[in-house]
Amino acid sequence: MKKILTGLAVFGLVVVGAFGAAIAAEEGHNEAEPTHFPIHKPKQENWSFAGPFGTYDKAQLQRGLKVYKEVCSACHSMELVAFRTLADLGYSEAQVKAFAAEYEVQDGPNADGEMFTRKAIPSDHFPSPFPNHNAAAAANGGAAPPDFSLIAKARGVERGFPTFIFDIFTQYAEAGPDYIHALLTGFDEQPPAGMQIAEGTHYNPYFIAGKSLAMAKPISDDQVTYDDGAPQTVDQYSRDVSAFLMWAAEPHLEARKQTGFRVMAFLLLFGALVYLTKRKVWSGVAH
Amino acid sequence: MSGGHSTYSPKTGIERWFDARMPLPRLIHDSFVSFPVPRNLNYAYTFGGILSLMLGAQILTGIVLAMHYAADTTLAFQSVEKIMRDVNSGWLLRYLHSNGASMFFIAVYIHIMRGLYYGSYKAPRELLWILGCIIYLLMMATGFMGYVLPWGQMSFWGATVITGFFTAIPLVGEWVQQLLLGGFAVDNPTLNRFFALHYLLPFMIAGVVILHIWALHVVGQTNPTGIEIKSKTDTVAFTPYATIKDAFGMVVFLAVFAYFVFYIPNYLGHPDNYIVADSLKTPAHIVPEWYYLPFYAILRAITFNIGPIDSKLGGVLAMFGAIAVLFFVPWLDTSKVRSAVYRPWYKLFFWLFVANAIFLGWLGSRPAEGTYVALAQASTLYYFAFFLVIMPVLGLIETPRRLPNSITEAVLEKNKSGSGHPAGAAASPETKG
Repeated sequence: MKKILTGLAVFGLVVVGAFGAAIAAEEGHNEAEPTHFPIHKPKQENWSFAGPFGTYDKAQLQRGLKVYKEVCSACHSMELVAFRTLADLGYSEAQVKAFAAEYEVQDGPNADGEMFTRKAIPSDHFPSPFPNHNAAAAANGGAAPPDFSLIAKARGVERGFPTFIFDIFTQYAEAGPDYIHALLTGFDEQPPAGMQIAEGTHYNPYFIAGKSLAMAKPISDDQVTYDDGAPQTVDQYSRDVSAFLMWAAEPHLEARKQTGFRVMAFLLLFGALVYLTKRKVWSGVAH
Repeated sequence: MSGGHSTYSPKTGIERWFDARMPLPRLIHDSFVSFPVPRNLNYAYTFGGILSLMLGAQILTGIVLAMHYAADTTLAFQSVEKIMRDVNSGWLLRYLHSNGASMFFIAVYIHIMRGLYYGSYKAPRELLWILGCIIYLLMMATGFMGYVLPWGQMSFWGATVITGFFTAIPLVGEWVQQLLLGGFAVDNPTLNRFFALHYLLPFMIAGVVILHIWALHVVGQTNPTGIEIKSKTDTVAFTPYATIKDAFGMVVFLAVFAYFVFYIPNYLGHPDNYIVADSLKTPAHIVPEWYYLPFYAILRAITFNIGPIDSKLGGVLAMFGAIAVLFFVPWLDTSKVRSAVYRPWYKLFFWLFVANAIFLGWLGSRPAEGTYVALAQASTLYYFAFFLVIMPVLGLIETPRRLPNSITEAVLEKNKSGSGHPAGAAASPETKG
């Protein structure tokens, strides 16, 4: 056993050494002409849904929905999310119905073969701001704004070695919301002297795919009115909409973590019993 | 199947009835109850059972997922999201299946490493080892095609890159690629045939697993000493001894599996696969699933032409060679001693090999630029040198440590020397000698 442990230790040292050498080799870059993005890694925020017992903060999700509805939804669709699922945010059936009825969706064809628009019902999904992908691209300088249904799982800045190993044990799974929050609060930062920013794009050191992006700063302080007294700041808006988008991407997160606790508890208990049985069975045999 | 005579004696009328017509109960009894296993097996030997469990779990979750999945480029992504959002416990099924694939590979890598460490491939177990290599190849194909099915960005671009390898083969390459794709690019025909094959291959794996277990039961299991079973005292009955030990290994493994499924289900995936496939938008870095990364690094390490072989073909040959070399391991290892326990130098090179393989995996996830290329080349060199130089040469020049005369002697010797450290012995009854 001791030898195996020594072997493992040596092997661990070799791995760490090699990774270290590789990382050291990667260092060194020009500030005005960065080659690796994002320029700044997103800060790790505290999220109510992080960790083994994490749950969504319903008030926060409701605020996030408001931000999405009043700001983001002008350009960003959320095609996979149905109105009926907004009940998860703490709304009653009547409230969901009323919320859906604020939207118009296309339906049909009717008996005469005509398409028609009607008020949305809870089983409908969020309608898209543009009739199709090409229209969305044409209205936004050639690049269609991404759909928001899964954005919180579809973005994540690489954590790098050795953080990605610690992430297993800290259960870090909030790279998406951290990124969204960082991006939305990063528009006020100024580019370093000498950096060329392409026309029609906006510098943001947190953008994952370059030094600037087509979207301008989308939201400012006091743009959305909160009724629950939460601060009406860009930071708070960003936080709320990030949480909301995490919910949109992973609506069953709470059920998953709750089931997980029961499964883990069962496996640990069952494992202990199996281990004791194993000890008993093997007790008479030297091995 | 155990090679020896059967100890099964039917007790009830119905057992006798079956035994006279189709002795399935006898087969099961001889294979999984009375089958003698070495008494000194450690937990590294529980991964065969764990792998069977994982194969069963993957097939079960996969069949239910297939009931909800639509293999059509316009529907596939949405149908997976429908499973995640609207199907009862759909999120659980899908996370079990996607993380299950990763766990399957973790288990198979430990299983292969255990075989390499204890020399499990040496005569008379060459065929057993080769059948294992075939299972591993089938697993790679299954995993690759399964990753294409959600039709995300990495699905699409991974499929494009990997099927592109085949064009490097002279003369027939283009034809093979078009046969795989069902066209000139990854599209609906590709998705359809990958779905059909992804459903088929696991059952082929199950078939080869049966052959693998059959071969195992003919030649018997190896053990940490590498000494063959010589007498009855060297063994214990499969049930209850191996059964309960395997069961404990499985529960621990399932706990790790569950941890990933319930707490970090997307840790082993790539965020880009939550973006629907777009043939006009190439991701910044196309990376395969983590379990292919070492081979991906080997592929990209060949950046130079070797005579008539250009770097592209060279990379593809190196990548397939890295798997093909496994098939020849039984004949590459010239050592007369099986287990690394008695081979101090082999043990060192083995652990270096493991570290190197993990390092290759990490390099596979990096862009192929700058120092990474040189590091990948050095790592690739060691990967092949381990099999083609170290294994054959070391077997001839290494002086192994003294071997015990039998498994029983090894066990009793260890217990005697271990009696000075009762606490350590109790905490690790599976010590490796």
